[in-house]
Amino acid sequence: MNTKVTSEGINWGTFRRKATPYVFVAPFFISFLIFSTFPIFYSFVLSLNSWDGSRPLNYVENFVGLNNYVNVLKDPLFWQSFVNTVAMAIITAIPQHFLGLFFAFILNQGFVKLKEFFKGVLFLPYITSSIAIGLVFNVLYGNPYGLLNYALASLEKLGIAGPGTLIPLTSPINWIREFTWVAIASLAIWRWTGWNAIIYFAGLQAIPDNLYEAARIDGANWAQVFFKITLPLLRPMILFATTMTIIGQVQLFDDPMVIVGGVGAMPTVSNRGMTLAIYLYANAFSWARFGIAAAVSWIVFFIIVFLSIINRRVFQKKD
Amino acid sequence: MAVQTDSKAQARILSLETKGSLKRRTNPIKAMLKIMLLYLPLIIWTLITIYPFWYMIVVSAKSQAQIFTFPPPMSLDSDFFVQFTNNYRSLLSKIPFWQNLWNSIYIACMSTLLSIFFCSLGGYGFAMYNFRGKNIMFSIMIFTLMIPQLIGIIPYFLLMKAFGWLNTARAIYIPGIANAFGIFLMKQYIEASIPIDLVDAARVDGAGEFSIFWKIVFPLITPVIGSFGIMTFLGSWNNFLGPLVIMRSRETYTIPVALNSLRGLQNVDYGAIMVGTVISVFPLVLVFILMSKLIISKMTEGALKG
Repeated sequence: MNTKVTSEGINWGTFRRKATPYVFVAPFFISFLIFSTFPIFYSFVLSLNSWDGSRPLNYVENFVGLNNYVNVLKDPLFWQSFVNTVAMAIITAIPQHFLGLFFAFILNQGFVKLKEFFKGVLFLPYITSSIAIGLVFNVLYGNPYGLLNYALASLEKLGIAGPGTLIPLTSPINWIREFTWVAIASLAIWRWTGWNAIIYFAGLQAIPDNLYEAARIDGANWAQVFFKITLPLLRPMILFATTMTIIGQVQLFDDPMVIVGGVGAMPTVSNRGMTLAIYLYANAFSWARFGIAAAVSWIVFFIIVFLSIINRRVFQKKD
Repeated sequence: MAVQTDSKAQARILSLETKGSLKRRTNPIKAMLKIMLLYLPLIIWTLITIYPFWYMIVVSAKSQAQIFTFPPPMSLDSDFFVQFTNNYRSLLSKIPFWQNLWNSIYIACMSTLLSIFFCSLGGYGFAMYNFRGKNIMFSIMIFTLMIPQLIGIIPYFLLMKAFGWLNTARAIYIPGIANAFGIFLMKQYIEASIPIDLVDAARVDGAGEFSIFWKIVFPLITPVIGSFGIMTFLGSWNNFLGPLVIMRSRETYTIPVALNSLRGLQNVDYGAIMVGTVISVFPLVLVFILMSKLIISKMTEGALKG
């Protein structure tokens, strides 16, 4: 009698202990099922249907197979968005990472003072939203009264800018229309250069000094030190930071919306500012083409996977 | 600690080197130039970084006529307070600004508190227990980290519509409360910092499983909770796409959506917009200035582990 009760007690205890971890990780899996797995499968189903969202989805009537994908790939606006996204990714990523590395190197010089101050400055843009700063950029880009046009006019007066000079531009310029990519990319460069610098700086700090010392004793010059020691050891950091940039840039939405976007939820983005993410958003929420939008989201997903793999190949050496 | 001593050692090496080169070349101008070349880019970047914040203040204290003139405004005038108040009134006539600000604060706080709780719980579950299916579950979770937010945005909207959650704050903060990134971060930290013996000892003393987590482990992981909390708060505060999709009426807008909605195509009231931007940006900037050292070290830790 007595033993039976205890053994039952032990069983209950072990059961509880065995069940506990499942209970602890359950919130993730429940929310994952509802808010991630379901949407992903559903978006795949949706991408095979033509649906405007006005009536409940009928999987027989609305089924169109792969037509949405074909239509998207035939749509010139999709390709325009694709080109815009890639172009902006390139003109954002290159200065951002070069400058980031550059600032990280400067900070890593032992004799540079005010390190904490400069780190704070570099990190500051990260805490702001693209929308808030993008609105300020809008004022700076103003046509004809923005500060940028004023600067250009001043340079013209000095004879530095103007036709046939070093800067062949005549003020006033509608910066957002004429230089859409650069206008949008500048915002991203402003926001993310410092973040990259901080990441690279952390990476540089983790490189043990005795490696540098050994190299110096062996008589290596700075270029050899940089290309043979620093860069290879920084590779994981570069891989991490560039992957984040790729994932972010392919989904670029906030920056073009605030720089060239229209009123409220309706993107009246001029075609040069249209990114894949805005194309997707507009398909769903402005043109009520949910099936096409879902197809776009899968295409974007494969673009991200593809670019991440290439990036990994470039920055991760096997040896 | 190790990092500090490292950088000191490096500083010593570098200073020895500069001394050596000075002896060799005896050219102080060249050394000065070298220092200038190092500081100049940093100073230029500092100005570029800070300028939009300054310009935000300038424009927020200007009338329409003062903004749209040539040369454009570059510093504050003596009537800045009057203009700021005018712009503030104009802002309130256009959007329910304080309601929007409260929405942003409420969503950010709820999402931060709830995800701290659920992610640390999940991370603890993965770190401190061995259970059937643990590895496969963990792999699935890591895989979800790679799925971009954009893919789910349309089903997410439809799901929220089906739940009747459009225009509600919970549509924004509930889906992310137990997210893979947070659980991963917590698991890594708990594994590295909490000895399993501590948990076993508490169990021998008769503590319940949940109270071991809540009373013993949770207070010990405050460093990672701090960094994760800051990241979650900022992510929520700056989130634009989510609220843009979910919040369909002016009263439910969060700050980014509300401010962006003020942009028309012509005659944009930038003075009013900048008042809203200043009020919503500067509290965060102040907190950041006070805690920047802490925040940066926490955030880089997270990135280094990720």
